[in-house]
Amino acid sequence: MNSVHDMGGMHGMGPVEIEKNEPVYHSTWEARVHALNIACGYHRKWNIDVGRHSRERIPPAEYLASTYYEKWLRGLEMLLVENGLITAKELETGRAESKASAFRALRPSEVAAYLRVRRLARLDDDVAPKFKPGDRVLTRNDHPVGHTRLPRYARGKRGVIDRDHGVFIFPDTHAMTRDKKPQHCYSVRFAARELWGPKAPARDSVYVDLWDEHLDRA
Amino acid sequence: MSDHHDDEHAREHDRPLSGPALRAKALESLLVEKGLVDPKALDELIDTYETKVGPRNGARIVARAWVDPAYRKRLLEDASAAIAEFGFIGRQGEDMVVLENTPKVRNVVVCTLCSCYPWPVLGLPPVWYKSAPYRARAVIDPRGVLKELGEDVPDGVEVRVWDSTAELRYLVLPERPAGTEGWSEDELAAIVTRDAMIGVAQVRAPDRSKR
Repeated sequence: MNSVHDMGGMHGMGPVEIEKNEPVYHSTWEARVHALNIACGYHRKWNIDVGRHSRERIPPAEYLASTYYEKWLRGLEMLLVENGLITAKELETGRAESKASAFRALRPSEVAAYLRVRRLARLDDDVAPKFKPGDRVLTRNDHPVGHTRLPRYARGKRGVIDRDHGVFIFPDTHAMTRDKKPQHCYSVRFAARELWGPKAPARDSVYVDLWDEHLDRA
Repeated sequence: MSDHHDDEHAREHDRPLSGPALRAKALESLLVEKGLVDPKALDELIDTYETKVGPRNGARIVARAWVDPAYRKRLLEDASAAIAEFGFIGRQGEDMVVLENTPKVRNVVVCTLCSCYPWPVLGLPPVWYKSAPYRARAVIDPRGVLKELGEDVPDGVEVRVWDSTAELRYLVLPERPAGTEGWSEDELAAIVTRDAMIGVAQVRAPDRSKR
C-alpha cells in the first residue's frame, strides 16, 4: 500500500539524529510492548508479514507522530482483535469476557528455545528461478492497496539480478491471504541514476530484495 | 534525539503513566487475565534483549574475519553458517548476508519499509536506524547521510546501499583499520561499533597514546 511507511526517497524528514549511549529500551512500557508482541506471536494466529501490514495500516498522520514502540503497540492491538485473540470490547474495557482456554501461554523456560526457532521464511519447495545473476529486469509498476515489499521508489525501474537468495515465502500474498506462494527472492541492483536521475553519482547503486512476481525480463 | 529522550522521561515521571504506558499496562493485564501471556515469560524476553544479544556479538564475527582468512572466506560465502559457528542464530538473523567493505566499495544497510536489522549480531537496533530521516534518506542520498555522520566518502569510492526488503539480514564487514597489526581478536572486537556493521561508520584504531 502507498502509505508513509514506504519512506525511501522522501524529503523533509530532517537530519538523522543520534542518541548517545542509547539504552535498549527507553522505558518499561517499551520493553513490555516488545515482549508482548513476541509472546503473542507464539500463538501463531498471524505471521511476520501480517504483523508488518498491521503497522503499515496505522493512519499516516498517526504513524509519523508515533514513536517506534507506539507503532508496535497499536499494531499489536489490531492483530489481537482482528485475529480473534481478544474482542474489541475487551480491548476497550481492559476486562476479559472469557478465558482463552484453547491457548497456552509461552512459558519462561521456553523463551530461549523459542527465540532460536527458525521461522522458515526460506522454503524447501522445488521452484525454478525465473532469473539468474546478470539478467536484466524491469520491476512491475503495481500499486496494490495491500501489503508489498516492492518500495515505490523501485517500481517501474530497470535493474540487474545480483544474486539469487533461493526460494522464500512471498510476503505480498502471505500478509493478505496467508498464501506462501513459494518463489525465488533475488537481490536486484539498481543504478542510483536509474532511481534518482542524472544528478545521482554515476557509480552508486541501491540493492533491493525482490521476488519473481515483482519482476519482468527487461 | 536527546531532547526527545528527556521528554519521554519527563512524561514518565510527571504523570502517573503516559498514554502508551497506560495502554501497554492495560493490554498486558488483559492478556494475562485471558491466559494468553505469562508475565514471567515477558521478563525473560526482555532480559534476553537487554543482556544476551547486542553488537558485541557482531563485533566478534568481524574480529574473527580480520584475523582468520579461512573464516573470512566462509563468512562471505555462507554467512548464516559462519555466524552460527558462534551460536548467534535465531529471530531476525535466520538468513544472513555479509557485505565486505574495501578501499573502493562502501556498503550501507537500511530498511526503508520498516525496521529490519540482524538482531542476533547487532542487538535491537537504535531508534535512529528505524527513524524517518534515515529510512527516507539512506537510499536517495547516502553520501549526504554519511557526511553528516562525519564520513566523507571520496568520489572514487562506490557506495552500495542495501534495502532490507526481504528476510535476508545484512551485516557489513568493515575494513580493518591501519595500526592494528598484531592486535588480538579481543582487542579488535573492542573497537568494532554497531554503526560500522551497518556501514555508516568506519572502524578506527584509538589513539596510541590512550591505549
